[in-house]
Order: sequence, then structure tokens, then C-alpha cells
Amino acid sequence: MTIISAEPATVEPFGLTGSRRWGDRAFRAVTLASGLVVLLILGLIAWSTGSKAWPALHHTGFAFITTDDWVPNAGHFGAFGLIYGTLICAVIALMFAVPTSVGIALFITELAPARLARTATTLLDLLAAVPSVVYGLWAAYVLATPIQHQYQHVSDALGGVPILGRFFGGDAQGRSIMTAGIILAIMIVPIVTSLARDALATVPQSDRAGALALGATRWEALRVAVFPRVRGGIVGAVMLGLGRAMGETIAVALILGPIPQVTTHVFSQGSTLASVIALNFGEASGDFKSALIACGVILLLLTLVINSAARALVRRSERRLEA
Amino acid sequence: MTATQPSSAVTLQRSLSPGRRARNALATAWMVGALAMALVPLAFLVGYVVRAGMKAFSWSFITNDLPVVTTLPGGGIAPAIVGTLVITGFAALLAVPLGVLAAIYLNEYGGKGRIASLVRFLSEVMSGVPSVVMGLFIFTLYTLREGLQGLGGSLALACLMLPIVIRSTEEMLRLVPVELRQGSLALGCPQWRTIVTVVLPAGAPGIVSGVMLAIARAAGETAPLLFTIGLTSTTNVNVFKGTNTTLSAQIFANAQNMVFPAARDRAWGAALTLVVIVLVFSLAARFVSGRFATRTQHGTV
Repeated sequence: MTIISAEPATVEPFGLTGSRRWGDRAFRAVTLASGLVVLLILGLIAWSTGSKAWPALHHTGFAFITTDDWVPNAGHFGAFGLIYGTLICAVIALMFAVPTSVGIALFITELAPARLARTATTLLDLLAAVPSVVYGLWAAYVLATPIQHQYQHVSDALGGVPILGRFFGGDAQGRSIMTAGIILAIMIVPIVTSLARDALATVPQSDRAGALALGATRWEALRVAVFPRVRGGIVGAVMLGLGRAMGETIAVALILGPIPQVTTHVFSQGSTLASVIALNFGEASGDFKSALIACGVILLLLTLVINSAARALVRRSERRLEA
Repeated sequence: MTATQPSSAVTLQRSLSPGRRARNALATAWMVGALAMALVPLAFLVGYVVRAGMKAFSWSFITNDLPVVTTLPGGGIAPAIVGTLVITGFAALLAVPLGVLAAIYLNEYGGKGRIASLVRFLSEVMSGVPSVVMGLFIFTLYTLREGLQGLGGSLALACLMLPIVIRSTEEMLRLVPVELRQGSLALGCPQWRTIVTVVLPAGAPGIVSGVMLAIARAAGETAPLLFTIGLTSTTNVNVFKGTNTTLSAQIFANAQNMVFPAARDRAWGAALTLVVIVLVFSLAARFVSGRFATRTQHGTV
């Protein structure tokens, strides 16, 4: 394709008038400018949020990310607890979402006949189409009540156990970190599944056929011929899901509610960077507003690092396939 | 592959050791179970939204203005429906031309060059920016100067849509056969006219489908609107002037007062309306891309 597009420019066509060449140049310039808008917007994001976050970051210094003393009225902004809350919610989400997504991806690519696979894909699209705010509403006001009893059982059983008690003990609440994690899991299943499917699709059918012909069961064929080749792609998919889960805002905000709280107990109300921003930004002013924007900057950095690593992994596994 | 499996499974069945057979059955159960795990919550959620939403639903619900505060009974959600359509529509007006042009650069001019690779990478980076951060960005850049307006929301949504549009459009342009371009260029058509009159129309159904999915995604967004559009109880079709509201913003606002029956019903009614709007866009996208598939099969593109 690049060869063709280069040709009209290098081989001066016979009798091509100046105005026609101008048309091509202008069009190319317009499309290039549109592409560079992406660069402009990213630059503006960094500059604009960074400069508004600076007062809070400058005032609190490194303590902003190393202390968990978050008392906005007293001017104490230690966001460590919020970062922890963001990570723990996302990790819980991954624990539920990864086995589910990989299972569904295998179901669609390896097990289901074509028509069933199409139906499953449509249903997953439906899952992805439900807006975040609707997930949050349902989780906070429908799911929270019945699920609280299940939490209480787990909490009663594990509360006395030394290390597990720190995470699973205490009073179990329906609108808790665990519920947020479960909802995030449901929300990231479609994207992780779709990327895992892309990874699985890169393994040639002949590899599977070879393993099956040697007498392997379907599971053994997957383990021997497929899994070793898709590991990178699937890890990348999982990390993109992690980035998505960390940035997810409204569902988590509705589930956890407005009071910023830092806790290790997964069955209690906690807070994430995104939920605190969404719930407090309206009423905040001065330093508090700046601190919330700083939370946004930290969230942005966290997701960018994770997403870039994930993309690099996905790209590497794709490139290995081409080679 | 699916065709070869039944026969190999049948012939091997007898010679398999119980352990291997059990492991294979367990793996199969995992795959089927995983799908069920994801679909059971979806069924419960959709069922509840439809049931609770229908209770609030009536003609006046979708045509009346909002009450001044969410705790008051009565009123409808017309301003939120209009706001959703207008703000998302204007966002699409900003993001779609820009995204399609950028995708044309990537696929038709840039190819594997350095600038194109950079733009592609940055567009991936941009698609990873959390929606709440996009809201903060527009707040700091635009809302602080111009105040709360529908346009702020449109700008934030446009930023979220742009990388999706670029990616899906580039993928569709890549599917357009090279022979079409060669034919047009061989007839003496300049490259820009080849792109506008041959390449774009050939990829149009796929591009439209990708754009509609991006619009559907944007219509359901809440976080970027919280800090940028404000609130209103009357219909405002002008994105350039005055505060606005959307269905998602109304669901969020009413959810803070769920102990009041009026707010509860309004939240679920708005949720049902939003889900229907998003679904209509998603299904329309699917319909358009379905037509694309049949057309390419018959070789008419």
C-alpha cells in the first residue's frame, strides 16, 4: 500500500497540472494535522491538569502519595489510602474477571460451533453496552442487600484467622470494596475476552490439529499447542483490563458512597482515587480542588504505565507471530 | 477445527484414561461455566432495569421537564433525553471528522512511517485515559474560563471518542482492497480524489458502524459530564449557552436520594431510557456492519 501511495508523488505524472498536485498536498496536510491533534490533546491534558494539581502537590510534597491522612477540611491530603483502594478494587476485579474472560474466550474460539459463538459474542457486546452508571445503580441498590449476607458468612468464618482476618474480618457491608470489585469484573469481562480471543486467534489451526492427531484431548491440545504461544497476549489483555478497572469511576462511586475511607477490610466501604474525585469535586474549592485534580494526575500516570506495558506485551506477541 | 473434533473425540473416547477424560471434562465445564458466570448478572440486571423502569415509564415521563430538586415527585426527564442527544451529537460532530481524517493519514499516507507510528501509539495512549480524568482536563482547560455548559461535556466526550474512531476507521480502511485504489489511480485520478470517492465509500459501512459504537459508548458516560455541564431542570438545546443535563447525570443525581420514592423511580426510569438509547445505537451499528459483510461477500464493493 505504501508503495502505491508513494508512486504518484515520485514519478511525476505526465501533464499533471499544478493545481492537481496542490490538491493532493493540501489533503495530505489536512489529514496529518488531524492526526497530530491527538498529540496536541495529550500535551494539553498533561499541562492543564498538571498545572492545576501543582499547588497541592507542591504544598504536600511526597507525602501526597506516601501518607494516608486524608482530611480535606484540615488541609491534610495523603492519597496513599486512595491509591491502595484503587489497586485493591482492581485486583479483586481481576481475580473474578480473568478466569471468566479466558474461559469465555476459549469457549468462543475452541469449543462453540460458529452460530453459538456468534450469539455469545453478541451477548458480550450487550454486557459492554450497559452504561457504567446503570451498573453502579444496580449494584448499590439491588445487589448490595442479598450479597451482604454472603459476605457476613465469609467474614464470620475468616475473621479470627490471623492474616486473612485483616482482609475478610469485620462488619460486612453490602456496598463495599468487594462489591465494587465484582461489578468492575463484570464491566471488564467483555474487553479482556475480546483481547484474549485476538491472542488465541493468532495460533494456527494446524497446531491444534497436530496435537489432536497425536491423540491429545482438547484440553491437552490447548495446554501443549496453544497456551505457550498466547501467554504474552493474554497477560497484555489482563493488564489492559486492570487499567480499565482502575479508571472506572461512576459505578464505584455509587457503590462506595461519598465518605472517603481507608481500610484493609474488603467487606467495608473504601474509596478509590476516581470515586473520591467524582463524589467530592462539585463541593470542593481551593486546595481541596487542587488535591482532587492531583488525584486525577496520579490516576492518569498509573493507568498510562499499566496500559503502555500491556500494549508492549500485546505487540510483542503479535510480532512474534509474524516472524 | 470444530468439524474434526467430534470424530477424533469419538474414536479416542474408549482408550482415554479416566484422569485425562476428567481433566478434559473439567476444562469444558470451565469454558461453559465462565460464559454463564458473565451472563447471569446481565440477565438479572436487564430484568431489574426493565421492571423497575417500566413502573416510572409513561408519555409524560419522557416529555415533561424535570422537577427542581430530585426529591420532589412528578415531572419527566425530557431535558435529560434532549441533553444526552445534543451533547453526544455535538461530540460526534467534533470527533468523527477529525478521527476519520486522522485514520486516512495513518492508512493512506503514513503507513508504517515514523510519524504514523507515533500518532498510532499516542492514540492508543489516549484511549487509556480514564473518563474521569478527561472530565478534569476539560474542567481545567475550558470550564474554569467559560463556565458550565453543554459544550464542555461535548468536548470531554469528543476526546473519549476520538481514539475509538481513529482505530476503528483505520481498521476498516485497511480492509479496502488495494486493487480499487490502483484502478482509480490508473485512470488518472489524483490520490485525494481516489480516497474521497473510492476508498471512503468502499469502507463507509464499517466506518459508520464503528462511529455508532463510539457514540453509544459516549452516550452512557457520566464521569466526564459531572464537572463540565452543570444541572438544569428545563430543556436546553443550545450546547454553547447555559447549563445542561443528561440521562446519565440524572441517574447519578437521583441515586443520591434513593430513599425518596420519586427519586428512585426517576433513576430507574432514566436508566431504562438510557439503556434503550444505547442499545438502539449498538444494534444499528451491528445492522450496518452486517450489510457490509453481505455486500463484500457478493463482491460488489
